[in-house]
Amino acid sequence: MAAHLSYGRVNLNILREAARKELREFLDKCAGSKAIVWDEYLTGPFGLIAQYSLLKEHEVEKMFTLKSGRLPSADVKNIIFFVRPRLELMDIIAENVFSEDKMHSARDFHILFVPRRSLLCEQRLKEQGVLGSFINIDEYILDLIPYDSDLLSMDHVSTAFSKGLMTLQALYGTIPQIYGKGECARHVANMMLRMKREFAGSQNQILPVFDTLLLLDRNVDMLTPLATQLTYEGLIDEIYGITNGYVKLPPEKFAQKKQGEASKDLPTEPKKLQLNSAEELYAEIRDKNFNAVGAALSKKAKIISAAFEERHNAKTVGEIKQFVSQLPHMQAARSSLANHTSIAELIKDITTSEAFFDNLTVEQEFMTGVDTDKVNTYIEDCISQKDPLIKILRLVCMQSVCNNGLKQKVLDYYKREILQTYGYEHMLTLNNLEKVGLLKPQTSSRNNYPTIRKTLKLWMEDANEQNPNDISYVYSGYAPLSIRLTQVLARPGWRSIEEVLKMLPGPHFEERQQLPAGLHKKRQQGENRTTLVFFLGGVSYAEIAALRFLSQMEDSGMEYIIATTKLINGTIWIKSLMDRPESQTP
Amino acid sequence: MSFVTANWNPLGEAFYRKIELYDMCWDLKDALRDCLLAAAPYGGPIALLRNPHRRSPSSRPQLEIYSASGVAIASFPWKSGPVVHLGWTVTDELLCIQEDGSVLIYDMFGSFKRHFSMGQEVVQSQVLEAKVFHSPYGTGIAIVTGSSRFTLATNIDELKLRRLPEVPVLQGKPSCWVVLTQDRQTKVLLSNGPELYILDNTSCTAVSPPGLSPQAGSIVHMSVSFSYKYLALFTDTGHLWTGSSQLQDKLSEIDTKKSLPPKQMVWCRRPKSQQPSVVLMWDRLLMVAGCLLVGELDGVRIISSTSQELLQEVPLVCQDIFKIASMAPGALLLEAHREYEVRTLPEGDQGAKHGETTLIWHIAASFGKCFLTDFSPDQFVSTCRELRVLNAVRESSVGLPLTHAQFKQMTLQVLIDRLVYRQFYPLAIEICRYLKIPDYQGVSRVLKHWASCKVQQKDLSDEAIAQAVCVKVGDSPGVSYSHIAAKAYECGRTELAIKLLDFEPRPPPVCQAGDITPLTSCVSVYTVVTYLKNEMNRGDFFMTLRNQPVALCLYRQFCKLQEQETLKDLYNQDDDHQELANYYVAASYREKRLDSRLSLLQGAVDEYNKAKNEFAVKATEDEMRLLRFQRKLDDEKGAGLLGLSLQATMEALLALGLHKQAEQLYRDFRVPDKRYWWLKLKSLAEKEEWEELEKFSKSKKSPIGYLPFVEVCMKSNNKYEARKYVSKVTPEQKVRAHLAISDLEGAADAAIERKNESDVGAVLARCAGVCRDTSDM
Repeated sequence: MAAHLSYGRVNLNILREAARKELREFLDKCAGSKAIVWDEYLTGPFGLIAQYSLLKEHEVEKMFTLKSGRLPSADVKNIIFFVRPRLELMDIIAENVFSEDKMHSARDFHILFVPRRSLLCEQRLKEQGVLGSFINIDEYILDLIPYDSDLLSMDHVSTAFSKGLMTLQALYGTIPQIYGKGECARHVANMMLRMKREFAGSQNQILPVFDTLLLLDRNVDMLTPLATQLTYEGLIDEIYGITNGYVKLPPEKFAQKKQGEASKDLPTEPKKLQLNSAEELYAEIRDKNFNAVGAALSKKAKIISAAFEERHNAKTVGEIKQFVSQLPHMQAARSSLANHTSIAELIKDITTSEAFFDNLTVEQEFMTGVDTDKVNTYIEDCISQKDPLIKILRLVCMQSVCNNGLKQKVLDYYKREILQTYGYEHMLTLNNLEKVGLLKPQTSSRNNYPTIRKTLKLWMEDANEQNPNDISYVYSGYAPLSIRLTQVLARPGWRSIEEVLKMLPGPHFEERQQLPAGLHKKRQQGENRTTLVFFLGGVSYAEIAALRFLSQMEDSGMEYIIATTKLINGTIWIKSLMDRPESQTP
Repeated sequence: MSFVTANWNPLGEAFYRKIELYDMCWDLKDALRDCLLAAAPYGGPIALLRNPHRRSPSSRPQLEIYSASGVAIASFPWKSGPVVHLGWTVTDELLCIQEDGSVLIYDMFGSFKRHFSMGQEVVQSQVLEAKVFHSPYGTGIAIVTGSSRFTLATNIDELKLRRLPEVPVLQGKPSCWVVLTQDRQTKVLLSNGPELYILDNTSCTAVSPPGLSPQAGSIVHMSVSFSYKYLALFTDTGHLWTGSSQLQDKLSEIDTKKSLPPKQMVWCRRPKSQQPSVVLMWDRLLMVAGCLLVGELDGVRIISSTSQELLQEVPLVCQDIFKIASMAPGALLLEAHREYEVRTLPEGDQGAKHGETTLIWHIAASFGKCFLTDFSPDQFVSTCRELRVLNAVRESSVGLPLTHAQFKQMTLQVLIDRLVYRQFYPLAIEICRYLKIPDYQGVSRVLKHWASCKVQQKDLSDEAIAQAVCVKVGDSPGVSYSHIAAKAYECGRTELAIKLLDFEPRPPPVCQAGDITPLTSCVSVYTVVTYLKNEMNRGDFFMTLRNQPVALCLYRQFCKLQEQETLKDLYNQDDDHQELANYYVAASYREKRLDSRLSLLQGAVDEYNKAKNEFAVKATEDEMRLLRFQRKLDDEKGAGLLGLSLQATMEALLALGLHKQAEQLYRDFRVPDKRYWWLKLKSLAEKEEWEELEKFSKSKKSPIGYLPFVEVCMKSNNKYEARKYVSKVTPEQKVRAHLAISDLEGAADAAIERKNESDVGAVLARCAGVCRDTSDM
């Protein structure tokens, strides 16, 4: 269980264990049988930390989803609400408690706020007259959730980056060097240094695992998430969306076809699959460019069938026994292969469509700086065809970013087209996009994007998708800016790109944290350095793939662990900035 | 040096020494007679209630509190009911147990904290006797009532009253009793004449101490040791029995030849004691009349009206050193050092005070240390430092007489807390610095307490306090101004709270809509802000907030969730026209009635105008125009348009065949030709109005070319109509047009004509597809 977390160089299982321990302690505080009422949003993140079995060990007998009205009946002593500190949820809880009180059942109520207690929420409970009913009110600080052996996320915590980083340093030692770029990064670093001063004296005596921390503000590189990811995992996320390590897929391709039996009743429930590097095949292909996945899958198919053929060669009892012992593993590999072949087929249907191709062509034109200063015909057509608004916004924002802002006339034209076609209520959405700088009028006459592109080599003509030699393979030509910054930092250093750093928004900085004497690492010859890259405001799967690629490059000498506030793609990102996104019909 | 052993007295195999701690600073006229007394262990304060039984209102009993050295801390007349017993909690709070079973709690400065009752039935039956006891669970109280029933509370901070079962034969109060804590259970041991009973939660069991002679008589006094391990019983024939409190072993039994029961009997032993012993005190006999014995971890403090002494067993190591002709290493070392000093230095003044004696040993030890090369000095250094600290707090003005063993048991943290509690801030800080405690555990913590106390000083102005706090606290790590501010707010000093928030060096947290989970520090900011909101008039409130970036930011978040209206006022105050306009736009969508919706939008237009956002002005005016248009048509034709986007409205109009109206919108709203053509094209094709479509195609040159015409026709599977437009398609798109209608030959011709490789490729690909299809058949 969760073995994939301990594979990497930095054992992230420690973090998971720490989180589990806290959960157990809370559960033990409420003696007796329990039912947990879940804020549905939290089930995902909690699934990454504790399976039901752990909860069961601590006398959790029932689990419900938080809903207004009466609680389902359960013969338990304790009712525990696991909720985010949201006012609307407090009203529902109050309703639940009242209806229980009416039933005259002697229950103990508890609340666990994730990730922080909130005074406002407690006040709301008080107003509702139920605050006194709660025996334990506690918080569960879910700062960082380990997703995979090199990936951490603080999915729903927006203000706790610094706290999360402190937790991390408490477990993995002080990080001696801090680099950062962007407003948020500066801010987080300041908070961290202040907290560090507050804990001065409680010097932790752990040998540092990380050599460097790089804080990157999403504002610094707004282009990358807007581009369509072209790695296998990235495409799964773009098309179907990965939430908390799971993906839901259309079921048709997964129908079990037994021989001689016509599969009449196709499953209607979406197929839910877990995706992480515990699955050998997935670990192998997740970060590949999708165009290289087919070959990898067929190679794997050959290996597996060859392995099954081995049985004919097994002659002696010993050989047969050995073959049989390998069977479970081989069968797992075969079903994994079948799953991924199906997924790849699903994706291929889409990537070979004309619409996908046209969209990608326009994206690449923008990234290479073709006609970014004019109204784009393709976008115009898409609006005419009433394509999903998010797709339109993604493209318009991308054009704006690649042109360092749009000419006022062009910007107004797009905005008017959008308002007239999708409704005037999107005025607020457009306003939000302008506030974060995704959309903006060109202020200076000079567009500095080409300079940035050239200096950082953001566009590589000859990206090799099959056997990549550069990170640009993840977007079939575009090398993500954020990762280029990371790469340059390791070698030759940011001093070489001072000019470009100045063009990008927000300050760049370097800080050092004193290590207690005796904790200075004595590096073995040839031992890699480890950098924790923290993306403030989200990271895409393709960027992760690019960083993993850098880790694996033989001459890089650097290993990367990735932490982020959120896993994003262009769609999720734009959606989060839309006003009233729920009223949105895609 | 010969003085050291002068006050040693042998008893059995061990020596006992009596050390004078203080000449008491107090001036007690009636000595300690006729009063209730309580002294807290670990050198805690002493409480004294004079004449507790005097009830006339003209001469109320006086409650006095002194430090261990007799410095007066508080004194006030007792106005509540008759007190039966006084006691101290582990946190130095005074418990006054009254006859009616109510317990009043005061802090050591004599301020009332709270009260609770030991049960309703006690009011009737009255408390006869009470005892305060300490256990790992905290401080507890046990009482026995007039109806001979015992009631226990093991921890007064988490009050749970337990009424113990009845003792069958008992009338009135038992002759004597103690509280025992054993195996995590609290029990009462009581005697009624010669019988001994153990009373626990469920039962009352008769027990007998092993080896107590039958003729010893009835038990009139008992005492349990500090650790609850040993028990001493005193009988009316003067026999003293000592043994384990489990009543399994007997230690000794002696005949004291005293028929009177002692007034007080206390164990005197230390951890790893050689022999536990009991100190007994009779009125007018052993000591001066009226004094108080306080059992400590490692001895007994004897407090009289004039002085205070510590009686304790001399530790074995000391005996080894100072025994006559001792050859223990310590003794030799001391001797060597003495010789050395005699030869080099004039003998200094060597007062025999306890602390200085220890110092002498340490000087000797440091002398010896020079000859030991591989001995780590750490332990030596830290012990020396600790002893110096103990000497400092033993100062009469501070009055915390602690032995090293007590200090170790109590921990440094608690000692500092006690100093802080007694408001010896400078000394506490000195000690923290001297012992090099990390700031966040030491100095910062003291400063935080100091500041929290400072803000409660009523005689100082807000400005003065804020300044004083700022100067002292500065930006010491670990001290949160918002915490101090919250305290000020609790005391009703909101202005001061706000001033203090200004000092908070933490930058405002990253705010994000919908997220109300700020840093912990912000919680108190919220408290202050919500308070202010309720207390101040709105204008003043906003003005106050304006200068508080942290508070303002948080308040905005709060309003977004809770009070949209207030948000508006806030924007208004700030002249933030853009946000105000956005607010109106958002509000207009919550509004069901069209008129109010329009007026909100008009509000938005006005604000956008002020914000000089021309685009938004135009767009919002357009929106209003559209809404009015939609309502008109809905009224006239029942078209159901209200709320649709412009595009959707035109679509609906075309679908309804209202071409003229659609046309009007197209012109009025300056819809780009391209989009309109697409719209009309699709609409006509959907309704299969092919003639209209052809007419439309000829109305003027198509801004979108003619390939879309081919494609929409094919979408309706009308190859015949599609063919009409192929010839009009531009040369670049010809191949695609031919392919669209599956005219491979035409496509091939066009491709060859264009001499374009990719076009040829496209045709070939399609051909291959067709071939495969046919071959499959």
